[in-house]
Amino acid sequence: MILAVAQEVSYVSNSVGNDAASEQLRQPRPDKVQSQQAVGRRRKPADKRKTLEILFFISPALILIAVFMLLPIIQAIRFSVYNWKGFGPLVDFVGLKNYARVLQNEVFTDAMIHNLIIIGGSIALQLPIGLGIALLLNRKMKIQSLLRTIIFVPYVLSEVIAGVIWFQLLQPQYGVVDTIMSKLGIQGPAQGWLGTPELALWTVLAVLTWKYLGLAVILFLAGLQGVPSELYEAAEIDGASWWQIQRKITIPLLGPTLRTWGFLSMIGSLQLFDMVWILTGGGPANSTTTMASFLVSEGTKRQNFGVAAAASVVLFIVALILAISYQQFVLKRDSQPDEDRTKSKKVKV
Amino acid sequence: MVSKSRTAKFFALAATGSLLFSGCASGSENPEASGDKTTTITWWHNSNNGEGKAYYEKVAKDFEAAHKGVDIEVHAMQHEDMLTKLDAAFQSGDTPDVYMERGGGELAAHVAAGLTKDLSDSASDELKFLGDTAGGWQIDGKTYALPYSLGAAGFWYNKALFKKAGVEKAPETWQDLLDASDKLKKAGITPISVGAGDKWPAAHYWYYAAVRECAEQTLSDAVSNLDFSDQCFVKAGDDVKQLIDAEPFNPGFLSTPAQSGPTSASGLLATGKVAMELAGHWEPGVMQGLTEDGKGLGEDTGWFSFPAIEGGQGDPKAQLGGGDAWAVAQDAPDEAVEFAKYMVSEKVQRGFAELDMGLPTNPEAKDAVADPALASMLDVRDKAPYFQLYFDTAFGASVGGAMNDQIALLFAGKSDAQKIVDASQDAADLEK
Repeated sequence: MILAVAQEVSYVSNSVGNDAASEQLRQPRPDKVQSQQAVGRRRKPADKRKTLEILFFISPALILIAVFMLLPIIQAIRFSVYNWKGFGPLVDFVGLKNYARVLQNEVFTDAMIHNLIIIGGSIALQLPIGLGIALLLNRKMKIQSLLRTIIFVPYVLSEVIAGVIWFQLLQPQYGVVDTIMSKLGIQGPAQGWLGTPELALWTVLAVLTWKYLGLAVILFLAGLQGVPSELYEAAEIDGASWWQIQRKITIPLLGPTLRTWGFLSMIGSLQLFDMVWILTGGGPANSTTTMASFLVSEGTKRQNFGVAAAASVVLFIVALILAISYQQFVLKRDSQPDEDRTKSKKVKV
Repeated sequence: MVSKSRTAKFFALAATGSLLFSGCASGSENPEASGDKTTTITWWHNSNNGEGKAYYEKVAKDFEAAHKGVDIEVHAMQHEDMLTKLDAAFQSGDTPDVYMERGGGELAAHVAAGLTKDLSDSASDELKFLGDTAGGWQIDGKTYALPYSLGAAGFWYNKALFKKAGVEKAPETWQDLLDASDKLKKAGITPISVGAGDKWPAAHYWYYAAVRECAEQTLSDAVSNLDFSDQCFVKAGDDVKQLIDAEPFNPGFLSTPAQSGPTSASGLLATGKVAMELAGHWEPGVMQGLTEDGKGLGEDTGWFSFPAIEGGQGDPKAQLGGGDAWAVAQDAPDEAVEFAKYMVSEKVQRGFAELDMGLPTNPEAKDAVADPALASMLDVRDKAPYFQLYFDTAFGASVGGAMNDQIALLFAGKSDAQKIVDASQDAADLEK
């Protein structure tokens, strides 16, 4: 949510800038570069009016963003420097103590590690499986659309409903999973899949994979549509096998889609809350706590709203750093001008 | 997530000054100036279905009839919903006039923030007959709410399963409990269910062990000074550890919820899958809701008090429990205080008891309790030499939460008796 704010804000400011720039471009100027540099420094009265006009029209949107996104962020930062129970005036100023409490809390640092495991685990599991399924489903076959639907259904299902269903399936002893296993003569873990501290996080990861695989497959399939068919034909004429075609043509050309999906998956994993909350509540023995579940239980269950606010600011910063570095190091190549992109991604068959 | 909606609204209104947000701000002001002298009292309660809801509507109507010009706005909500909404109401400072308080540290925080009215003088007559039961709602000698239901926790058990396993009489000592658990296991019956997934049901074991291990004075000092240095608190952890090591609990207890669904701790007891469970006075009602015939364990329902622990300094008859009380908001009209007093009157409490809505606190209403299990509990409660409020309520959410977390870790084999005390003390020191 917080990231969405940053994105929205930068989007809005970009659009303001772009409009102004395009306005400049429309006017007859000999040198493009010079004119763009001039934007900041001097403005003609007509430009000023135009800017005011733009400001007038975008102000409702800006105000909405300010009230429902910026203000809560500022409030969270404000709360994070007070010892506050959630009601009454903010009087007990504690400075950065809440941050110290969060960062020295083993439950929170473990939660960060759990988030990282889920980021890594989601990509490591969903990328190969999703890619494999997408490549298979991309071949023409009779029940193609039926299969696509089946794989996409878990993603459409509400997270809460999916969570409750899996919680019941995974019940120790009486749950469907354990019942089937015991019929096959395999003994499930005594405390159940969600009750054994060593297994719980992996069980959550498995459920998340089931839930979000559909999104990966659909995105990959969409990306596959963008691969020009001439390349396939050329490769076939040159005698490339199906496997070679996938490896040398499809997957490299799917790059931008894979990288965008990776970004979405990373952000989703960082902010993971609902599935964990329903399946385990962060337990057993804090083995599945995420940063988000930590801050919710610290705030609503223990009424340490100052600590919860500090945790939310930490989560915001972590998400921001990861998002910016991902943009910088991974997504950047996708937003480069065309000539550079073809240079960096020569297709060899 | 942690925003003040009011400030947000004000900001929005000031910033746009347009039609865009005008809808949000209206309705916050009371149309007091209209001349007629109608006083409106808002009342939030958690009896949101069936007879209880209808009964409370009737109570409000009766009060309105007896007090001209008073209009009671009744809001019946599901319990958890009500708690969430109350939290939001406290944050905005716009509390309902009459609402439920659970006492202890929670109440202390509300009082410190100036949200709750002191009822010591205005309800002095009621406090006379409520006597000791109001103790959990008193701070520095002042009473801030009138308890209307108060119940103790104890072991609810399945008489038929006890018989089947050859457990002749309900355990009276800690060793009896361990022996009964062994016998049940030998008979192929899971002895105890515990909803450690929700943490507090597991924590009740430690609370009760502490009530048995610690002297009354130590407990009351701990509540007022937030001091856990007495060795009895460590001993309580050791006792609970001894029970956990005997492995009497249902498989998967670490992720078992307390009350939701047939695989919850209460569900397992209600469907005859386990022999007993440590729970509060709400248990028969919860079990009825979890069985198809709506009867719970029916005739097989039994109850015994938390066993005595050898060498403990606490009175073996002392009880741990909790209750609900009506509190009045600081800025509420005087009629709201009258209404809260009316709610604990003999007339209202008798009707409350007849419907088994809880364990009444008004002595005149006690004989009206219909359910035999509840009636016997009432007896135990009133004979107890002293009554300890559930620790998480008594110490407040922050200390209670830290305590419950460590106790849940003990159940998972990831903590020890000393760590529970240390974690509680650390959280308590931050409160001071």
